[in-house]
Amino acid sequence: MGLAKRIIPCLDVTAGRVVKGVNFVGLRDAGDPVEVARRYDDQGADELTFLDITASSDDRDLILSIIEEVAAQVFIPLTVGGGVRAVEDVRRLLNAGADKVSINTAAVQNPRLVAEAAGRYGSQCIVVAVDAKRVGEGPEAHWEVFTHGGRKATGIDALDWGRKMEALGAGEILLTSMDRDGTRSGFDLELTCAFSEALDIPIIASGGVGTLDHMVDGIIKGRADAVLAASIFHYGEFTVRQTKEYMARHGIEVRL
Amino acid sequence: MTDVAVIDYGMGNLRSVSKAIEHVAPQLEVTVTSDPEVVMRASRVVFPGQGAMPDCMREMDARGLREAVVDAARRKPFLGICIGLQMLFDSSEEGDVAGLGLLRGKVRRFPHDAMVDANGNKLKVPHMGWNEVHQSMQHPLWEGIASGSRFYFVHSYFTEPAEPQSIAGYSLYPFSFSCAVASGNIFAVQFHPEKSHTAGLRMLANFVAWQPMAGVAGDTRPLAGAMR
Repeated sequence: MGLAKRIIPCLDVTAGRVVKGVNFVGLRDAGDPVEVARRYDDQGADELTFLDITASSDDRDLILSIIEEVAAQVFIPLTVGGGVRAVEDVRRLLNAGADKVSINTAAVQNPRLVAEAAGRYGSQCIVVAVDAKRVGEGPEAHWEVFTHGGRKATGIDALDWGRKMEALGAGEILLTSMDRDGTRSGFDLELTCAFSEALDIPIIASGGVGTLDHMVDGIIKGRADAVLAASIFHYGEFTVRQTKEYMARHGIEVRL
Repeated sequence: MTDVAVIDYGMGNLRSVSKAIEHVAPQLEVTVTSDPEVVMRASRVVFPGQGAMPDCMREMDARGLREAVVDAARRKPFLGICIGLQMLFDSSEEGDVAGLGLLRGKVRRFPHDAMVDANGNKLKVPHMGWNEVHQSMQHPLWEGIASGSRFYFVHSYFTEPAEPQSIAGYSLYPFSFSCAVASGNIFAVQFHPEKSHTAGLRMLANFVAWQPMAGVAGDTRPLAGAMR
């Protein structure tokens, strides 16, 4: 037995609350972030990811105090993303207790930020979040990188982008299918598999989980190193432990 | 006097380490410090490290901490974590840099060609996530932790001790590599106990209670000349 596949609950946080929307719109309240984090920790989550989707810069510092509070009670890796624009933002999040920082839009605007942050703090704490959307038909079909919460096309090929991020020092990729996110119809397995085969760094599959079979598929068919989900955990449908037990029954090595 | 000094040489986030120790030992004074004097006076020392080993060595020296680290490693309960384990060895392939030479052996990168599992699937580097840690000796720091418990790892280089008797634990990825070493008052691990939930917290609790100078023979297997 060796390295376990990771199950990562994701907490979208705005104005101090956990929320979840469909395709980044229509937010629904899912609780206090510290309480939610503690619950998932008790259930055996392997890591936690917080995405700060706060729109107003006035509320930006709220995430720092949330992370501080969580980090004092929860002793598993914490990843924080959303609104990371500069090396200084990375520093502030790490100092608040984050173990990894996820960079998305700012990496597209300034790829050197990834190299600088990885050079300063190490690749192990730099996650690059890639929001990918399927474009084109037939032999032209590929995935394109989108930014600004999936609203803005970049014209960048997602796989090329992933390779470039790896070369610049990203320690892992948080890969979200914008076509599937919030739809509960399962991961984009082709996308996940393409990334996992093209890159040497770990891939976290994200976007679309609605059933436990989707989690299994993400690992076995998508060849992901970790699977991330939000809504199936938030509303009490499944606990993290139930998810892991289900995955273990399907032959996946998990930490139980 | 500081009970536990967590050595800060500017490489990465040490808050997790200090928070986890405070959590298991609220009665102790835990200080994150880059001051060699504070390290010299501390009862116990934690030596963490993140990022690249050449940077870690350079930053440690830039702060004048080498002497205090070596002193602590020779005579105090000393816990190395991640790059703080790797730096204790003679040298690393990472940047072809010399280490502190407190333990014999070298640090190697996971070789690209070997990174395939039993089913032929590619294994990623860094080795990131929860892996089983198999204990290869009895030691007070393993107290209450089952052999095979999972700990959280994130690293691309691993240690290859020249003295196998210092190996306290190993993991598989896909080959067996040493992930914990013990030598006298030194215990050092590749994984992150501060991020390893119950098993990790137990290890930190064991560390703050460890008395390596008293009755060593009863607690560990004899360690032949692993240092100096």
